[in-house]
Amino acid sequence: METEISIGDTVARSSQQHGEEPLKGDSMTLNMGPSHPATHGVLRLKLELDGDMVTKCDPVIGYLHRGDEKIAENMTYNQFIPYTDRLDYLAPLANNVAFAIAVERLAGLEVPERCQAIRVICCELARISSHLLGIGVYGMDTGALTTFMYTFTEREKLYTLFEELTGARFTTSYTRIGGLLRDIPEGWLGRVNHFCNQTLPVIDEIDKLLTRNKIFIDRTDGIAPISKQDAIAYGITGANLRASGVEADLRKDNPYSGYEQYEFEVPIGTKGDCYDRYLVRMEEMRQSVRIVRQVIDKMPDGPWYAEEAKKIFAPPKDKILTSMEELIQNFMIVTEGPQMPEGEVYFEAENPKGALGFYIHSKGGGVPYRLKIRAPSFCNLSILPKIAVGSMMSDIPVILGSLDFVLGECDR
Amino acid sequence: MRESVFERLPHASERPTKDHLALNVPVEKLLETLQVLRDEFNLNLLTDVTAIDWGVDAHPRYTGIYHLYSLKKHLTVRVATDCMDVVEPTLPSVVSLWPAANWHERETYDMFGIRYTGHPDLRRILMWDAFPHFPLRKDFPLAGFETDLPAADVAGVTQAKVEPAPMMGGPFHAPQAGAMSKREPRAADQSWTEQTPKPNKQ
Repeated sequence: METEISIGDTVARSSQQHGEEPLKGDSMTLNMGPSHPATHGVLRLKLELDGDMVTKCDPVIGYLHRGDEKIAENMTYNQFIPYTDRLDYLAPLANNVAFAIAVERLAGLEVPERCQAIRVICCELARISSHLLGIGVYGMDTGALTTFMYTFTEREKLYTLFEELTGARFTTSYTRIGGLLRDIPEGWLGRVNHFCNQTLPVIDEIDKLLTRNKIFIDRTDGIAPISKQDAIAYGITGANLRASGVEADLRKDNPYSGYEQYEFEVPIGTKGDCYDRYLVRMEEMRQSVRIVRQVIDKMPDGPWYAEEAKKIFAPPKDKILTSMEELIQNFMIVTEGPQMPEGEVYFEAENPKGALGFYIHSKGGGVPYRLKIRAPSFCNLSILPKIAVGSMMSDIPVILGSLDFVLGECDR
Repeated sequence: MRESVFERLPHASERPTKDHLALNVPVEKLLETLQVLRDEFNLNLLTDVTAIDWGVDAHPRYTGIYHLYSLKKHLTVRVATDCMDVVEPTLPSVVSLWPAANWHERETYDMFGIRYTGHPDLRRILMWDAFPHFPLRKDFPLAGFETDLPAADVAGVTQAKVEPAPMMGGPFHAPQAGAMSKREPRAADQSWTEQTPKPNKQ
């Protein structure tokens, strides 16, 4: 029996065909990634959709797995430092510092104050750089292209500073066990201060562009909230944990590298939704600028590497070339690695993405027996199957952007 | 803290450590220990789950390592437990205590082949599902073994394999033991060099 129905009326047409039965659609499986601009790297999501609603989310990771932990077991501590650049490749300096401190804890070595202060500047500039990228692409995920241009202009200035400091823009490899690659260049602190003066107005402008933006709020407010209990149960750290209202910052709670000398606030969120995660990162950038300025004011003079650690840190080049003792010292460190005692340590640093941990088991000598990298992005991503369920398909890029992960670190 | 932990957990023994409080517990007491530490000592954040392989000849061969952190007291505690079975190592899963353990245990299974009993979804996480080896075991060479490609359809057409990496380029460092002639800097993994041929699929 045929009846006349209008062509555009699909609901009426399908109910005509199926008789009295209610409309019921099949769920659809959608494969997102691994090469997708909104997944921020090679993350693949197997999504099950009911219409526009996500009913199941299964992240598939490992596309960037390089076996860093296996590699670490086969090389000396200093040889591994370039590999730490490639963990969170948006904040390589912070990774360098975290690894160096972990190994120094194993050796029971205290680096001089000047070295610690330089490391703090490195960590905070890395945090600003990482958050600038995080917020820039987060804006893009929600449709605000302009913020990306603002943040990348600032990041470019940072890269110029990193290049001057370390010789490389991205793969900095700046720290050594027991010190640094070199002292800061002449006038560099002034240029860092100049950058701080320039970047605060830009952060304010990004604030004006996003924070009260109706579209941005509609896209992020109330999306994928993480409760305090869930955040703790899933081992979330860093800005994502603080956005859920947990006051936890390793720089305050377990100060390392002299963070206890500097004054700064730890911003926390209330709801733990995508909007809060954005707000926390914005405030953290301002606090980082505050820390950097204090370090510049207080920058102590003196040695920038642990001079007494003769079996760990290589002597200065001019001494290697002129003195037998130093030549042997350098030869031993280069060929056998910095000499570590037996034992095990676990050190966590507050990195831009969360708590980056290194667990090192040493049997003595210059090579770790086992080195485990506790990657914050890995842990932060593990909550995704829980928070993505029940959200709309179009919210997935927003959720991913708000978690601010890096696959280089997640897959190691 | 330290005294009260050992008083409350008489089965735990002290583990040598360079920094945090560390416990050795028997594997059958692991879940109980972690639950007590979480509920009574406020160690509410499970930051890390991993394992160590002590080598092919060691017995017990695998040790599971857990790191707990207290958001209130800002303390870290390390808990270690030995897997008794060498051939098929198993540990109890702690997913029931912390959902965070889900991915950590999947990773440890992927890398060491330690099976976690009671884990809801024990699949490989970093390597592909059909990968036949456990890469962080000490008998797995740095260069790797020749294995099939993850994509069977591509491998069928191209006959391509995942090949071991050439190790001639390093990383180099000198072994600290042995005769002087053996101590010149060399790659730590000697499974594929100028002298020894490429390892075949096991």
